[in-house]
Amino acid sequence: MSDIVIIDSGGANLASLQFALQRLGAQATVSSDAATISAARRVLLPGVGAAADAMARLRSHDLIECIRALRQPLLGICLGMQLLYQHSDEGDTDCLGIVPGHVARIPEHGLPIPQMGWNVCVTLRDDPLLRGIGARDYVYFVHSYAAPVGPHTLASVDYGAALTAVVRRDNFCGVQFHPERSAVVGARLLQNFLEL
Amino acid sequence: MRFRDHRVVGDIIELARRYRDEGADELVFYDITASPEGRSVDRQWVSRVAQVLDIPFCVAGGIRSVADAEELLNAGAEKVSVNSPALQRPALIDELARRFGAQCVVVGIDSQTTPEGYRVYQFTGDPTRSADARRDTLSWVVEAQQRGAGEIVLNCMASDGVRQGYDIAQLQAVRQRCSVPLVASGGAGTPEHFAAAFREADVDAALAASVFHSGSIAIPDLKRYLLQQSIEVRP
Repeated sequence: MSDIVIIDSGGANLASLQFALQRLGAQATVSSDAATISAARRVLLPGVGAAADAMARLRSHDLIECIRALRQPLLGICLGMQLLYQHSDEGDTDCLGIVPGHVARIPEHGLPIPQMGWNVCVTLRDDPLLRGIGARDYVYFVHSYAAPVGPHTLASVDYGAALTAVVRRDNFCGVQFHPERSAVVGARLLQNFLEL
Repeated sequence: MRFRDHRVVGDIIELARRYRDEGADELVFYDITASPEGRSVDRQWVSRVAQVLDIPFCVAGGIRSVADAEELLNAGAEKVSVNSPALQRPALIDELARRFGAQCVVVGIDSQTTPEGYRVYQFTGDPTRSADARRDTLSWVVEAQQRGAGEIVLNCMASDGVRQGYDIAQLQAVRQRCSVPLVASGGAGTPEHFAAAFREADVDAALAASVFHSGSIAIPDLKRYLLQQSIEVRP
């Protein structure tokens, strides 16, 4: 039984997350098996691609209820964070409904969409997940859709409008940026998550 | 990084480490002879690079299908960049964007300044095959975005390798038609050239190879300079 499980949500690019955890000395298993996921100490939900495809994949593996029922810390990354919300405009998709709110396309403010690059986060609420991460710390974003700032937002990112960068509801955490590609700051966030 | 000669993987890993430690924001690996030689980038070294790199990296060279791209992304690349294969079969861009999302799909464009305007070139990795792709650069920029490109890297061939500065006029013309991130490529010789690309052509990123490989510009010095110029960069 593995300690850390990365949910196989069908997107490519699970290797970079696995390598990032490896650099922290943590071995992660990739799985789409409900029993394996439920038994893990930490669960990561990555996601690259479209919301509808990812939800269809979770559904086809009977993972919707499994994920909702988790009591151990889970970290959704990028699309994985967006899936925690109720609904995404991307493909008009019903999501996991763990965090209240709706994901929509990044509002047009004359900036390129997708947001693809380094940006800083504004901490709105202190949390162990953000320990040691400050206002001058850049992280790497790649996304066209985003969640607005809501009651569970821990940190926001300014990209024309304020968007959710880090969210947490109880044991369910999510980051819009890619910690596995965010140099030492990203490694710090992953380490914080592993220590929650 | 542009590789004009075969290098052993050890060298690439060392370079990747060096740039990571110097504060590069992203690395692009071009296997520029892949398309002219009819092959794709080797996934073995992509995986080895992915193990040491904690910044985004993009891989380019001979990616002709969703399956080619999937191999590289599964090996740990962040994005794939397509150039000649997309010119031969533009629907490749649509297919990649549908499967992986636009944010994974970079379209690289080698553009030459000619009396007829800016023209797209293909197979530029091989001087004997490099040829006009019979496309106007500005209309290709628009088409690539419509098909799902999430980023455009514009390499201005006339200025590439000569270190006289990015082609600001051409970048400006492309910027007007480019609503996805635009990366300037070709011509960086001094820190001022980088500042000009950001300030005058409003590009989202500036790519350089020879000035970094040769050590004539150190990335930390360049970033300090840009910050002094009030250009926002990750310190």
